[in-house]
Amino acid sequence: MELIWLIPLVPLAGFLLNGLFGKSFSKPVINTIACGSVALSFLLSLNAFFGLLRLAPESRSFEYILFSWIPSGSLNADVGFLLDPLSAVMILVVSGVGLLIHVYSIGYMAHDEDYSRFFTYMNLFMASMLVLVLANNFVLMYVGWEGVGLCSYLLIGFWYEKRSATDAGKKAFIVNRIGDFGFALGIMLLFWTVGSVHFATVFNLAPQQLAYGGGIITAATLLLFLGAVGKSAQVPLYVWLPDAMEGPTPVSALIHAATMVTAGVYMVARCNVLYMLAPTTLLVVAVVGMFTAFYAATIGLFQNDIKRVLAYSTISQLGYMFVACGVAAFGAGIFHLMTHAFFKALLFLGAGSVIHAMSGEQDMRRMGGLKSKLPVTYTTMIIATLAISGIPLFSGFFSKDEILWQAFSSRFGSPLLWVVGLLTAGLTAFYMFRLIYLTFFGQRRYDDHAASHVHESPRVMTVPLIILAVLSVIGGYVGLPKALLGGAWFERFLHPVFAKGAEIGKLAEGAGESHATEYVLMLAAVAFVVLMIFTAKRYYLDRAKDSEQFEHGFGGLYKLVYNKYYIDELYDRVIVNPLVKGSNLLWQKFDVLIIDGFFNGAAWLAGQWAISMRKLQTGMVRSYAFVFLGGAIFVIGYLILSR
Amino acid sequence: MVPLEYYLVVAGIIFTIGMIGVIVARNIIIIFMSIELMLNAANLAMIAFSRNLGSMGGHVMVFMIMTVAAAEAAVGLSIIIALFRNRDSANIDEVNLMKW
Repeated sequence: MELIWLIPLVPLAGFLLNGLFGKSFSKPVINTIACGSVALSFLLSLNAFFGLLRLAPESRSFEYILFSWIPSGSLNADVGFLLDPLSAVMILVVSGVGLLIHVYSIGYMAHDEDYSRFFTYMNLFMASMLVLVLANNFVLMYVGWEGVGLCSYLLIGFWYEKRSATDAGKKAFIVNRIGDFGFALGIMLLFWTVGSVHFATVFNLAPQQLAYGGGIITAATLLLFLGAVGKSAQVPLYVWLPDAMEGPTPVSALIHAATMVTAGVYMVARCNVLYMLAPTTLLVVAVVGMFTAFYAATIGLFQNDIKRVLAYSTISQLGYMFVACGVAAFGAGIFHLMTHAFFKALLFLGAGSVIHAMSGEQDMRRMGGLKSKLPVTYTTMIIATLAISGIPLFSGFFSKDEILWQAFSSRFGSPLLWVVGLLTAGLTAFYMFRLIYLTFFGQRRYDDHAASHVHESPRVMTVPLIILAVLSVIGGYVGLPKALLGGAWFERFLHPVFAKGAEIGKLAEGAGESHATEYVLMLAAVAFVVLMIFTAKRYYLDRAKDSEQFEHGFGGLYKLVYNKYYIDELYDRVIVNPLVKGSNLLWQKFDVLIIDGFFNGAAWLAGQWAISMRKLQTGMVRSYAFVFLGGAIFVIGYLILSR
Repeated sequence: MVPLEYYLVVAGIIFTIGMIGVIVARNIIIIFMSIELMLNAANLAMIAFSRNLGSMGGHVMVFMIMTVAAAEAAVGLSIIIALFRNRDSANIDEVNLMKW
């Protein structure tokens, strides 16, 4: 466990090697450095995880201070790493899924000219993400937080010759700035009131120093949550994530599905003590999460770009995780984070495999019938789709059901949250199966030129798919709930991290031995999901010819959803355009007229003064002598008179 | 013995003549000579004070001023000669290039 500081450092070394010398390395060398460093991180993470398991549950918290970074009066920030059950799960997910995606990228990016640059950014991302989840204080976490934001920007705009890609990168960066601004303010407020940025200290002192539900803790947690809203793409700051699909598909899988966007959920779970102190914030988190989940799911219904469907699905699933956090079921949130990382990474990589086979085509209306052409991709994507839809026995079922149950039964939950969650689950099943039917089933809808290129992806891409598919199936069993004869092992493992928060929130442990209600709700959810799957089957497989008619049958509603509620246009009109106009106005009026006017005016005044004063320099020696005489008389007169 | 005031009045008169000469005269040689007049008026006052007060400080000062005046005369005359060679004139008003 003493080696945890190496976990983020190894990918950083890979980043430096590939970044400095990548141009002169051959591809196998780049692959070895990039994937090898992540693999090493994964092994170290495994080692740390098993080291943690050997300890007693109460003492599973280990801090390693590498060096003191900012020792400045009362502000003390170390480069220190914290290993506890929560960060152990996170480093395993990040480095494990990250490793699979790195391997996949070898195949996916094989024909790209900027091969080394891609892996350089990817390794930098891994290093930043691991710093984010391993940090033992807010300041170092913020470093990782900004680092992943930077890598996200760099990788979205990876194909910088494409205008849309650079625009999407800028959008992601700027929208995230709003969230990060809140995050930074939250950290400052906490430091100001509690007097420390160190996690353990803050979580120990906050319950004593800050009133339960008071204004300060509510403001601080809301500000932190604003950061999470930006990073995890919740309403109203979600707009950057769909555009982020401009980046290469492995990037979408790694950054915009599996890891970076879950940083917000991780942060809220990490600060569970603070959130439990502020019930108002919990309510906000739950409502924002639920609204986002439902809202993004509706947008996903009728999108035609395969990656955009997945993007909205990601936003929706992140909403679920925030619902879990909002009803104080942080364990369930992290559980869903983990299973989601598996099946959503798989979905994106599968979509990447499809796009790869279709020579870059992303429009599902020009796919169809790929089932027999891409057997591995098809099988693995079906598994992931079943998992995300919440079909029993697949991982997504257990985690999503846990969240729905908690939303219903928790002290902070409500049946209303459950109903919306159920609707969202149904919509999710619908659009995911729509995606499957449009892509893999039905008639071939692409031209002969594309048909000649269709091929299953190479082994280096399909093996990660298969591994992720296996994880998508079995990933859920680590958290098998008690109602299904499991031991809720995952939540018991995480419990030490959330125990203090649970104490503050007065959460009863293992409430109720009867699981009757839970079974009823579970059945209702499964029934609804299956119903929605059959609806999708009916309109996109059995009566595929009528699917367009079916979609347009919704009239204005269809148009509204298809155009993403016109939110981008609204933001453009309400925020972006006034900002641009205001900036232009400031530039032309304030900057040019007032600022420049002030300095140019000062220079002009000095010039005018000089022009009038230089007349004194006449060149007449005798007048100089006269002035000299006057001066002498003045000095002598002064000396005499002042005596 | 001649009272101190007499010396001072003479020195003042000589100094004033020199000063007016510097300001009024156009010929560079006359200005130069007027400066010498002013220096010697100062010397006279210095000697008078020294004698009246019975101290040797004034004498020392006068020797100093005479040395400086000799050096100044050497430098000044050479400037005047250089100037005259250039301009064929000793009129100070014609030397007015250093101006705005």
